[in-house]
Amino acid sequence: MADSQRSTPLLDELKEGPWPSFVTQIEEMADEGKESCGQLLELLERSYNEKIGHWKHGGIVGVMGYGGGVIGRYSDVQDEYPAIAHFHTIRVNQPQGWFYTSDSLRTICDIWDRHGSGLTNMHGSTGDIILLGTTTDELEPTFAELTQNDFDLGGSGSDMRTPSCCVGPARCEWACYDTLALTQELTMHWQDELHRPAFPYKFKIKNSGCANDCVASIARADLSIIGTWRDQIRIDQDEVRACAENGMNIERDICGNCPTKCIEWDGNEMTIDDSNCVKCMHCINAMPKALRPGTDTGACILLGAKAPIVEGAQLSSVIVPFMKIEEPYDELKDLIERIWDFWGEHGKNRERVGELMQRVGLGNFLEEIEVEPVPQMVAYPRDNPYVFYEEYYEEDDEEDDEE
Amino acid sequence: MAVSVDEVADAMYDLVAEYQGKKKFKASDLTKAMIEKFGGEVDKKFCKLAIRQLMDSGRCVYTYFGGSFIEVPHEEGAAGGS
Repeated sequence: MADSQRSTPLLDELKEGPWPSFVTQIEEMADEGKESCGQLLELLERSYNEKIGHWKHGGIVGVMGYGGGVIGRYSDVQDEYPAIAHFHTIRVNQPQGWFYTSDSLRTICDIWDRHGSGLTNMHGSTGDIILLGTTTDELEPTFAELTQNDFDLGGSGSDMRTPSCCVGPARCEWACYDTLALTQELTMHWQDELHRPAFPYKFKIKNSGCANDCVASIARADLSIIGTWRDQIRIDQDEVRACAENGMNIERDICGNCPTKCIEWDGNEMTIDDSNCVKCMHCINAMPKALRPGTDTGACILLGAKAPIVEGAQLSSVIVPFMKIEEPYDELKDLIERIWDFWGEHGKNRERVGELMQRVGLGNFLEEIEVEPVPQMVAYPRDNPYVFYEEYYEEDDEEDDEE
Repeated sequence: MAVSVDEVADAMYDLVAEYQGKKKFKASDLTKAMIEKFGGEVDKKFCKLAIRQLMDSGRCVYTYFGGSFIEVPHEEGAAGGS
């Protein structure tokens, strides 16, 4: 539809101001002849007026053999907007750390211009390349062209979602393990789990190289693998003194902001009580030349984060305070498979692993996945005096017997 | 194992087809049903192969209705026939 026939006064307001606007982008595609984009704008304008969404997702669409990677989207006013009666989303497995050549991006865009609306999201919140809007008939041809160009679909539905990671050692000095290598290995190792949904619900893995957690894994991944270290922070005292000479208030901004107050500065030398350090990265971020993570590096494994869908939002909980992350990653893979086994056996439909963990209790969950409880798992002191542990009962009983 | 992947895939298909429109099965539901039916002759990994065979043959498809299910292909009402 030509733009002269389109009347979208509410959307037009969203084009004002200095920032790029999604309305402008969609209009450009509409004006290039993508009828679906024109009708997409009209339907959105209608939704703004009616305060009703006209989309539903899910259904039976997909590509042969795969259960993930395609999210069916249908309008409930198909007769009035026939060009977007189907407007399915395709998720494409992104390269680790989101590194592309400009040529590969052109390839994806050309494929999408031929088979879809030409609209994309770079990237979806799970990390995939998102191709927005096509019809059922175009799914298989799109998939065929993507695979011919070495791309594959990502995850969707009740499967292992496409693992994602920060740029890691490729561009960051703080990476405590090779996030890119691990993500590649997990993606390839669990292709079946990625493409053929077999879980109670989605399972997201995000790999961050350090506690700065640039992929927000602690909030957005069922399994968060966050780089850390277990030896001492490396200190360059000359650089510390240089910071002070250049005006940094170390006492206030570094020592004062340390969450465990484990840093001391006497005006000439900095000392850190590493046994009390929680590896939050604050001091390292503030003094990047003076301080560095230790050299005995690995990752902290956390489980159970999720956005608020069935129940409220949840951050992930520590299940392994420190694990070496080295090829062939067998220890990590074994742990994940034990978690999947228990979740697959006892999880309800649409129950995330974090919700299962809460339902059965952390103690029972740890026992089932064969992980020993450690102090780092304690979120807060016991607040219910009527909760007891079997071990204490047994000890008390034995003492009573002796008396 | 005496039972073949094809036989397990056939048994899965029969179950899905019998309950089509009445009950939706997840992959784990089919796995549990097959372990119950064939006993020690099959395990989770074997059932995974059978599900893959079932999908690659096109006899069943994955669907998404709040969770992922395995069903006999059918025309979706929401598709509107277009």
